[in-house]
Amino acid sequence: MAVMIRTEGLAKRFGATQALDGVDLEVQSGTVLGLLGPNGAGKTTAVRILATLLAPSGGRAQVGGYDLASQPQLVRQLIALTGQYAAVDENLSGTENLSMLGRLLGMAKREAGGRAAELLERFDLAEAGSRTVKTYSGGMRRRLDLAASLVGRPPVLFLDEPTTGLDPRSRNGLWGVVRELVAEETTVLLTTQYMEEADQLSHQIAVIDQGQVIAKGTPDELKAKIGGQVLEVRPADPADVDRAAQLLAELTGNEATVDRDIRQIGVPMPDPAWLPVAVRRLDEAGITVVDLALRRPSLDEVFLALTGRPAEAPPPEDRQATERSAA
Amino acid sequence: MSIQAPSLPGGPPGARSRRIGPGAASRHALLVARRDLLQVRGNPQLLIFLLVQPILFVLLFVYVFGGAISGSSRQYVQYVIPGIIVQTVTFATAVTGIGLNEDLAKGIIDRFRSLPIARSAVLAGRILADAVRLVASLAVILGVGMLLGFRITSSPPVALGGLLLIIAFGMALSWLAALIGLSVRNPETAQSAGFIWMFPLIFASSVFAPPETMPGWLQPFVDVNPITVATDALRGMLAGGPVLDPAIKTLAWTAALTVVFAPLAIRRYRRLS
Repeated sequence: MAVMIRTEGLAKRFGATQALDGVDLEVQSGTVLGLLGPNGAGKTTAVRILATLLAPSGGRAQVGGYDLASQPQLVRQLIALTGQYAAVDENLSGTENLSMLGRLLGMAKREAGGRAAELLERFDLAEAGSRTVKTYSGGMRRRLDLAASLVGRPPVLFLDEPTTGLDPRSRNGLWGVVRELVAEETTVLLTTQYMEEADQLSHQIAVIDQGQVIAKGTPDELKAKIGGQVLEVRPADPADVDRAAQLLAELTGNEATVDRDIRQIGVPMPDPAWLPVAVRRLDEAGITVVDLALRRPSLDEVFLALTGRPAEAPPPEDRQATERSAA
Repeated sequence: MSIQAPSLPGGPPGARSRRIGPGAASRHALLVARRDLLQVRGNPQLLIFLLVQPILFVLLFVYVFGGAISGSSRQYVQYVIPGIIVQTVTFATAVTGIGLNEDLAKGIIDRFRSLPIARSAVLAGRILADAVRLVASLAVILGVGMLLGFRITSSPPVALGGLLLIIAFGMALSWLAALIGLSVRNPETAQSAGFIWMFPLIFASSVFAPPETMPGWLQPFVDVNPITVATDALRGMLAGGPVLDPAIKTLAWTAALTVVFAPLAIRRYRRLS
């Protein structure tokens, strides 16, 4: 398998801020790399550099074997970018947005129209195609935006937080499209602050924090990194939650995470053999348990283990508002 | 370390090439211009700004101030129409900056910049679209002016030359507007920064009133003001009066504005991040 995207020591400084600090990435052709990190970790900066929108202040990068610094025009023939908000023209119709891009990419009028119709169909926008984008819902705009990226059938696709602000149904739809594209040999670099998203879509994940890659591997490798499994327990009585958490923490010597809303306690369990012990202790303490399971740690927990702090993602609405005002 | 160029699946149509020729670059600019013009249709506010506002200006100035300035509104029409054409052309260039800034804020420029198209397409297309809009506004004002009694007294080639001169002047101002639009942070600022500098230039000029009636300290400014020379040139070329001197000065301003602001705007565009 060929390497489609490679960065070596990629760095970017904005004034006093070191947005990227020596990032090495490698994405195999036809796979998805999930670039996972909290807000401000440098994900968008990395994508903007790879999409030829921003010049790095250090290091180098190649896409499809072409050097970004010396051959940006060739790189642009391979890539497409879908950013954090829909970069579509509100005053044009869906069809016009797509066929304009087709024409810019060198298609003849009829071909561009055909491609637009095909994409609108695929993204469930066929009926809205002739309406101005102003009348579209947020989810429709994002779908049109992704469709716009695909007009030229790019072999490399950059998706910068593609599902931020989408409802679960639209999100699942988008995941489906990404999977289809990968089945068609598209190489995808996806940034996300949703652990589940990286886990669902990526072949490889790079965890990025403060401009540096702090961990790399397959989703399974990353989860294995924090070792063992997690025991999840839900006491029947909300009053028992704290007692159960304390008991499990003492037993395993690990800190327990408590989600009060769903009465759920999670605690890393290095050895599954301790499971019966845990059950017995809970029983002895008179705590009735409605749910008890061993599972692989979530990427949230991976992030906590890697950085010592949780990957806190503010709600999507707040994020968009702050980023817009900062833009 | 070297990377083997992989065999690439799919890919955009057409052979991969390193350079974009002038033919393709003009095609890209035309496509972007077409898109910019299509926007007007979806944006009634812009249509009002471009067409209705100039008509209001004509009616207001002719019937409210005409008598005071020229003795009668009939006489004033003949004076003010060339001025209002220049004013409209100047205002219309602000649309270049505001439009660019909106595209910037919405990420549309990012999309264009990541496409394998000529780097010049976005700016050239925008300014081209602006020229088309200028022609439309200009035709509307001339039409309304003629209904109110404005008469072109020069020969058609001279009159046409005057209008072309003003369009060229407007395109030169568009580069300044483009620079502003690419430099400010958001469309609201683009809106105010795009217009604020225009007011002193337009009012302290020969657009609405003869400069002789203005105080002495103001006259040196009025005399070198590019809006004054452009207005005088157009007035001469449409309705009679001195032509050569203001026309040469207008050409000089057009060239100077383009030479200064086109490279600055292009540089700003290239350094967008």
